[in-house]
Amino acid sequence: MRHIISILVENEAGALSRVAGLFSARGYNIETLTVAPTEDHSLSRLTIVTNGSDEIIEQITKQLNKLIEVVKVVDLSEAAHIERELMLIKVRASGKDREEMKRMADIYRGRIIDVTDATYVIELTGNGSKLDSFLQAIDAELILETVRTGVSGIGRGDRVLKI
Amino acid sequence: MTMMTGAEIVIRCLQEEKVEYVFGYPGGSVLFIYDELFKQDKVKHILVRHEQAAVHAADAYSRSTRHVGVAMVTSGPGATNAVTGIATAYMDSIPLVVISGQVSTTYIGQDAFQECDTVGITRPCVKHNFLVKNVQDLAATFKKAFYIANSGRPGPVVIDVPKDVTAARCKFTYPSGIKLRSYNPVIKGHSGQIKKAVQLLADARRPMIYSGGGVILSNAAKSLTRLTRLLDFPITNTLMGLGGYPGTDRQFLGMPGMHGTVEANMAMQHCDVLLAVGTRFDDRVIGDPEDFSAIARKIIHVDIDPSSISKRVRVDVPIVGNVPDVLEEMIRLLENRAEKKDIAGWWAEIEGWRARQCMKYAMDGDVIMPQYVIEKLWEITRGDAIVASDVGQHQMWAAQYYKFDQPRRWLNSGGLGTMGVGLPYAIGAAFAHPDRQVVCVTGDGSIQMCIQELSTAKQFGLPIKIVNLNNRYLGMVRQWQEMFYSRRYSQTYMDSIPDFVKLAEAYGHVGIRVEKPEEVEPALKRAFVDHKDDLVFLDIRTAREANVFPMVAAGKGLSEMILASENM
Repeated sequence: MRHIISILVENEAGALSRVAGLFSARGYNIETLTVAPTEDHSLSRLTIVTNGSDEIIEQITKQLNKLIEVVKVVDLSEAAHIERELMLIKVRASGKDREEMKRMADIYRGRIIDVTDATYVIELTGNGSKLDSFLQAIDAELILETVRTGVSGIGRGDRVLKI
Repeated sequence: MTMMTGAEIVIRCLQEEKVEYVFGYPGGSVLFIYDELFKQDKVKHILVRHEQAAVHAADAYSRSTRHVGVAMVTSGPGATNAVTGIATAYMDSIPLVVISGQVSTTYIGQDAFQECDTVGITRPCVKHNFLVKNVQDLAATFKKAFYIANSGRPGPVVIDVPKDVTAARCKFTYPSGIKLRSYNPVIKGHSGQIKKAVQLLADARRPMIYSGGGVILSNAAKSLTRLTRLLDFPITNTLMGLGGYPGTDRQFLGMPGMHGTVEANMAMQHCDVLLAVGTRFDDRVIGDPEDFSAIARKIIHVDIDPSSISKRVRVDVPIVGNVPDVLEEMIRLLENRAEKKDIAGWWAEIEGWRARQCMKYAMDGDVIMPQYVIEKLWEITRGDAIVASDVGQHQMWAAQYYKFDQPRRWLNSGGLGTMGVGLPYAIGAAFAHPDRQVVCVTGDGSIQMCIQELSTAKQFGLPIKIVNLNNRYLGMVRQWQEMFYSRRYSQTYMDSIPDFVKLAEAYGHVGIRVEKPEEVEPALKRAFVDHKDDLVFLDIRTAREANVFPMVAAGKGLSEMILASENM
């Protein structure tokens, strides 16, 4: 099962490597990982997408909580939540492909944020499968480069991850 | 408030924490600290001969007392040499503070002389570690380190201190308390869960108690013993938990696991309610977790560490909390219950297993059996010595045949299985307990892994008795090669073993060679009585191919024991 785990850690040097090291040392899988400071600069928020049985996710949560610098751990996927990922795609956009690419970006509610004679950079947000589906929808030959941020997630409604 | 250098602050912090001994080895990055150490006499420094031994000795000091052990090493190789000691302590949850020197902050990352990324290297084998880049943070970091090391599930903490920080100055105040928003170990067990557990215990028809190192670490042996006696339940102590319940008592079934007794393993398998206390269902204890879980039994698991619960085996009643408090609450609840279930049938079954006498071994005329040596050692020390063991066959024999009635008398590397710990463990224990007999049970392989510490023992006049069960083999590996690799003894024979008697003498100690069974007892007496105040190295030539039995092969179920006694 795929899980999205949100973690608040002390914004200190080495905290990220403790978390990453825990995953590699115990053989847990990291699909995506994002990290940035929160509005409270003493804290960073990590979002990790991982896979595993219920037992493994339980262990991941417990082991994360054991790290001294980890303040809070929440399995977002346990309840209603929203996930988003940002992707930047550089595509070849010349001749007949230029108009088609613009149209595809519109359909997916992407924005073209850089333009040259021959290329576009498209910014696209959504959940992972939306981004995948965009990549499948356009001609693979035209993709020059892609970069994805990995998943960020937040609980729906009153569910708040804060100290 | 006076201004102090970082080095002064380090020593002041150790004084504030009432540290008695620091085991260490000086070097370039810690010169300022050693200079301050020199100027005072509250904190005593024990100079070892290798940094690994410094950490092991601090570890044993902690194991045998309950206080935080402290070691100090220099940067680079000093720190890397300490890693084995740190990992050993980590696996057995021993509270340590290890201070490592580091190159000056301006040199960090420049591949400076004796630089290594100590915080990076030790990260996976510490409870926590710190690199202190500012002298202002030094005192608070020490306070945190001691608190983290010795609270919750204990463990080693490394403080890496760059040289320029030890020279820099600031005002010193030692924080009186510490609160970390990200670290609040659960102490109090959930009372609803405890009630549930008590109900299960009261209803059990085939109960069993299985306790581990957590009982020793949390000083819960007394509570555990009271609870066990109150219930009249059978009990087993793991390798790390020996001494948690008196080893000579009728209710004690011996050790469980790979080299456990028939009665302990069968009772573990066939009980209907298992009370697991301060233990973690380790692979050497329960064998194959699938096989173990295939038998339906209710499991109650008391542990301070939530991540130990349902890690390898699903449990029915988890209780996260401080072990002695949980046990005391159980006792209170049980004492108020009048009715008791009759478990005589279960005891009869256990006595049947016990009657198989799985620990019997054959004496072999002129050859010294290693088990016999441990039995004699137990007699002569009246079961009251601190026994520091190395790792291998001798470790298992010591665990099986030396009956520990008290906690903190048995020191060994259970988790990491570090050969070489024996002598430094004995040294650490000898400092902590100058009035006790301290024995190092070792083998011809293990003792050579930290043999240089004979010199430390000489310097400080430590009257340790070394019992070297010398079979001229790396015995445990050889045993596996005999049993599972068609007797291909690959690299398990050392054909140039030193003359240990001469070696001991060269270090200024007493060496005694023992070659016949009838010499064992007189030699032990000579060591413990005639040479009471000397370090004595007993080099005992034991049966070359004696094996440790019973044995559950790795990955097998607990009932699949190989016994020696029934082939005799």
